[in-house]
Amino acid sequence: MYQYNDFDRDFLAARNAQFRAQVERRIDGSLTEDEFKPLRLMNGLYLQLHAYMLRVAIPYGTLSSTQMRQLAMIADRWDRGYGHFTTRQNIQYNWPKLKDVPDMLDALADVGMHAIQTSGNTIRNVTADHFAGAAKDEIADPRPVAELLRQWSTDHPEFQFLPRKFKIAVTGSPNDRAVTKAHDIGLRMVERDGAQGYEVLVGGGLGRTPMIGKVIRDFLPKDDLLPYLEAIVSTYNVLGRRDNKYKARIKITVHENGIDTIREKVEARFAELKPLFTGVDQEMLAAIRQHFAPPAFRNGPTDAYDDAYRKDPVFRSWCDTNLFAHKQDGYAIVSISLKKHGATPGDATSEQMRVMADLAERYGHDELRISHEQNVILPHVHRSDLPTVHAALKAADLATANIGLISDIIACPGMDYCALATARSIPVAQEIAERFDALKMEHDIGPLKLKISGCINACGHHHVGHIGILGLDRAGVENYQITLGGDGTETASIGERMGPGFAYDEVTDAVERIVRAYLDQRDGPEETFLETYRRLGAEPFKEALYPKETVDA
Amino acid sequence: MPRAFTPKVVTANALLEGDVVYLTKDDRWTRDLKEAELLTDEAHAELRLIEAERRVSEVVGAYLADMEQGRDGPEPTHFREDFRRTGPSNYFHGKQEERA
Repeated sequence: MYQYNDFDRDFLAARNAQFRAQVERRIDGSLTEDEFKPLRLMNGLYLQLHAYMLRVAIPYGTLSSTQMRQLAMIADRWDRGYGHFTTRQNIQYNWPKLKDVPDMLDALADVGMHAIQTSGNTIRNVTADHFAGAAKDEIADPRPVAELLRQWSTDHPEFQFLPRKFKIAVTGSPNDRAVTKAHDIGLRMVERDGAQGYEVLVGGGLGRTPMIGKVIRDFLPKDDLLPYLEAIVSTYNVLGRRDNKYKARIKITVHENGIDTIREKVEARFAELKPLFTGVDQEMLAAIRQHFAPPAFRNGPTDAYDDAYRKDPVFRSWCDTNLFAHKQDGYAIVSISLKKHGATPGDATSEQMRVMADLAERYGHDELRISHEQNVILPHVHRSDLPTVHAALKAADLATANIGLISDIIACPGMDYCALATARSIPVAQEIAERFDALKMEHDIGPLKLKISGCINACGHHHVGHIGILGLDRAGVENYQITLGGDGTETASIGERMGPGFAYDEVTDAVERIVRAYLDQRDGPEETFLETYRRLGAEPFKEALYPKETVDA
Repeated sequence: MPRAFTPKVVTANALLEGDVVYLTKDDRWTRDLKEAELLTDEAHAELRLIEAERRVSEVVGAYLADMEQGRDGPEPTHFREDFRRTGPSNYFHGKQEERA
């Protein structure tokens, strides 16, 4: 894992001292809110419905146990004893007091973390595959590059006032778990003729105008990455619209100008920039890479695992859903579900954070990850330790066996917290999860991604949910639109809207009708929901959602 | 035709705590909607908002929120204001907890 050097520490200390003084000046009245707001946003501090909210970056979703424990300490000392993990691998505190925020930021700096550029029209936290460095299908660990991008984009003087926010995701695997096609820039490591490089996608995004990213370079030699990205962002900085907030994202720039025009401009800018990169970026990358050396994996028997798997059905069920293939024999990637049925998706108490930190330290080579699906990952666990890990998770209410199933719901905070929301998301997620738990159907249903956003900005990724739910305000009443067939992976697609929306208390029934239609029509248990939808199209699902008698009524 | 004016209260978030506050008739900021001044005259409402907006060292983001007269004072007419009055629905945090 990356360890801060003196430069990082000094930069952060100076920045935090600056913000502390700004907060003091706001409190003593020498700064107005109009003056203060852009300053607080640059440091991740929002004002939401009921309170301030501090959004802390978890770069590429990677945490050490020390960092996780510090997040727990911050939750206990200055918040309400919990944190909310987000769809961009960040953590949000929902109840900080203004005067405490500088202390919270100092506590973060103590463990090499910050909240810089978690808001504003800047390059945001660079996200990555949450299985990075562990997945069997990986070409290379994307995190060294993600860290290089973090350092490059943090306080980059040219990119502090972009037309709109800018999100970059990177994956080192052909199986895209980082939703790269729905990012302003998506990077997919690829190999060609034995050389490593990147497929560079640009102009993807969700929100009110969802777009799948387009390939701007099908193979970028890996050493050209930074000048090429600088060329893209620089082109966008000049060309992107500043007259209309809703048309300011790069997806609109690409859409309005066409990918070929954008490509020409980017290539021209790249030709100017490349000679200016003297290789220092590659030297830095090489140094960063040292921080991400694989842990010292151990060889050992897995009898304890095999034995527990055979004898304990609860453990077996958890293994079948929550484990993923590790590149190292004898190891597994463990997903810890923060989606206990009926709980708030993505929330962890400080006590749960400490349990996960302890497990990472003892059994997981001191690493944790946050996924964009709002779960926590222990990326490197030897199989012989899994029964112990599972028992500890069970004791902490963290052993829900539902990863990738219908109750593993992504949900934004929605109207319960967010000032932008038009409807609630969390209670909708809670009720759907409880329904399918009560029906005991979800393991039979199999892989199904359900994603809920409480407004058109789509933080809950509803456009790329197999089932997507969008909460709106229709004449002063919450109303939920349903889309089907979305996909956030390498086969990305935007979900199709089915028809009129549903009232708050109708949503769970509607979802159940969709799922029953799938179970009726699937070509055997092997055919997933998404495959069935792609084979049959929307019609059978529309019929299930809007039965004829109610249409006629 | 301009819309008829509907009753409102001045609301904002407190600068230090961030929590929801309402302006009372005697110029206090209250956490309790029942104590808020219900503004039924448009010109008076706009004046009260301007006065509230000047109090920059006390509150952030003052605006006029639609309300109706209830038995014990102003009542929200929209669910957003109902959440602001109460707190989130997933935890017993915020105002509902303070009142308990």
